[in-house]
Amino acid sequence: MTVIEGVAPPKVEVRPRGVSRREKWQRRLPLLPALIYTIVVTQIPFVVTLWYSFQSYFWNTPAPAHFNGVSNYKTVFTNAAFRSALVRSVVMTATAVIVAMLLGVAFAVLLDRKFLGRGVVRTLIITPFLVMPVAAALVWAGPMLDPNFGLLNYLLEPFGVHHVAWLSTHALGSVIVVMIWQWTPFMTLIILAGLQSQPADTLEAAKVDGAGALATFRELTLPHLRPYIELGVLLGSIYLVNVFDAVKAMTQGGPGTSTTNLPYYLYQQVNNAFDIGDAAATGVVTVILTIIVATFALRMFARVFQFEEGGV
Amino acid sequence: MTATAVPVRPLKGREPGPQRFREMSSQVGWGVLAWVVGIAFFLPVLWMGITAFKPESAAQTWPPKFTFSPTLAEFRLVFSGWGPFVTHSVIATAVSTLLVLLLGVPASYALSVHPVKNWRDGLFFFISTKMLPIVAAIGPLYVIALKTHLLDSIWLLIILYTAMNLPLAIWMIRSFMLEVPKELLEAARLDGAGRIREISGVILPIISPGLVSTALICVIFAWNELFLALNLTVTNAATMPMFLISSVPQEGLYLAHLSAAAVVASVPVILVGWIAQRSLVRGLSMGAIK
Repeated sequence: MTVIEGVAPPKVEVRPRGVSRREKWQRRLPLLPALIYTIVVTQIPFVVTLWYSFQSYFWNTPAPAHFNGVSNYKTVFTNAAFRSALVRSVVMTATAVIVAMLLGVAFAVLLDRKFLGRGVVRTLIITPFLVMPVAAALVWAGPMLDPNFGLLNYLLEPFGVHHVAWLSTHALGSVIVVMIWQWTPFMTLIILAGLQSQPADTLEAAKVDGAGALATFRELTLPHLRPYIELGVLLGSIYLVNVFDAVKAMTQGGPGTSTTNLPYYLYQQVNNAFDIGDAAATGVVTVILTIIVATFALRMFARVFQFEEGGV
Repeated sequence: MTATAVPVRPLKGREPGPQRFREMSSQVGWGVLAWVVGIAFFLPVLWMGITAFKPESAAQTWPPKFTFSPTLAEFRLVFSGWGPFVTHSVIATAVSTLLVLLLGVPASYALSVHPVKNWRDGLFFFISTKMLPIVAAIGPLYVIALKTHLLDSIWLLIILYTAMNLPLAIWMIRSFMLEVPKELLEAARLDGAGRIREISGVILPIISPGLVSTALICVIFAWNELFLALNLTVTNAATMPMFLISSVPQEGLYLAHLSAAAVVASVPVILVGWIAQRSLVRGLSMGAIK
């Protein structure tokens, strides 16, 4: 070692000063296009949203936007419709994520065993995730749930169910069912990956020690699955909180406002009320709430990924 | 070793016994259960497919019909009207995916192989944009599009879909780049390869399967997107999801027609997903799960 250092002192001298300026820019350059693009396209709309949230502006009238202070915000906070849409979003997302995760764990456990045609069954189970969300919502609303011709009423008839108009009497439940149906495959795939990454010898050892299947699952498998469950819940929530297609295609937010979640509420404000100012203020409040939640989510994300990179 | 192994074998062979039988039947039981669950879960898709081949009059009956003479009439009707919609969808999906790869590959390189100083912050900035609900900005986005004359243009969708998929792609491509063996990169550097040749000659050939699966994930999300298309386009850029919405009339029989349209709109992504099954998890978890 000392010999080598003696032979090439100039090269060693450069290193301790860290990365050179030229090198720094060479490293930065490939990142810049994507970074600038993302900043421009994703941040500018939010800056403009902030601007319009202090303006009175209806896009269907020729009158230009004018400053009106915090009156849009006053409207938002005194607006019961916004609050109930917010609560509904939380309820829909939480229910769908939790049930999809429970089903996902169950399906993954089934698929983790060897049986004839396992690949086919796996393909069947992931397919709902691949169906275009609007298509799924419309097919559920029509051929599946139609009160007079729907398949579900036919299948449930032996159990005493007669021509239930699901989308009128159980609208929220129906929308949530479709969300669950589409997102269970996602959870299944993530949990299945977790199950398959479990070291076989630990399970073998537990079996030799005489541990029952249930005890093994609770004591060994579940702790091992924890980061996978966290990842599934986190990513599922990110996507499901924005669910719009199912609401739009199945119930149009109704009956009444019983299925109006936040995305649909904002859509209505822009498209039916033409009210950009109010929509912007609602948007800003939504973003602030999201940032609060996302801060925790990002921290969780960092932890999960650290586990992945360190553990695997 | 052989001495202990020999007595075991005949024992097993001689005694198929209740133990082994129970094990086998439990295995069959689990298999049957899995099949039942799988088929039940798949049923709505199957029903969509069946209904699509019905004549309209057979789609709305009680009890629902399971035997009927299949017809392609509704598919013909769909294909006669889907022209502009499918064109817009293909353009928006293909061009945005291409842009994502063009921007994403260099960015991932700068966040993995020769990382910039704050690569961690960069990564989390990209992922945080996924958490901002775009719905919150939809009103102002509409106004921006109106003022920049991008409203109802395919370019608007291309720009937005690129931004929508870029974070996911960067995380995913980065995870593939991290797997490129360090020795190969060292060797290339010793041969005097510059950055460009390092990317094109060493990294790209190795991660090309990864790029394909990244592209497929982007295709799925862009093809299925409804919210932005519905709010920001009318006719000149209306996509397949909007075609589906327009296939539900105010009155009259429509279930067969709707099912045919739903099948046509979904089949490309279903096929892509089936082909990319192995890499689906990796894509959906943004590269966290290998």
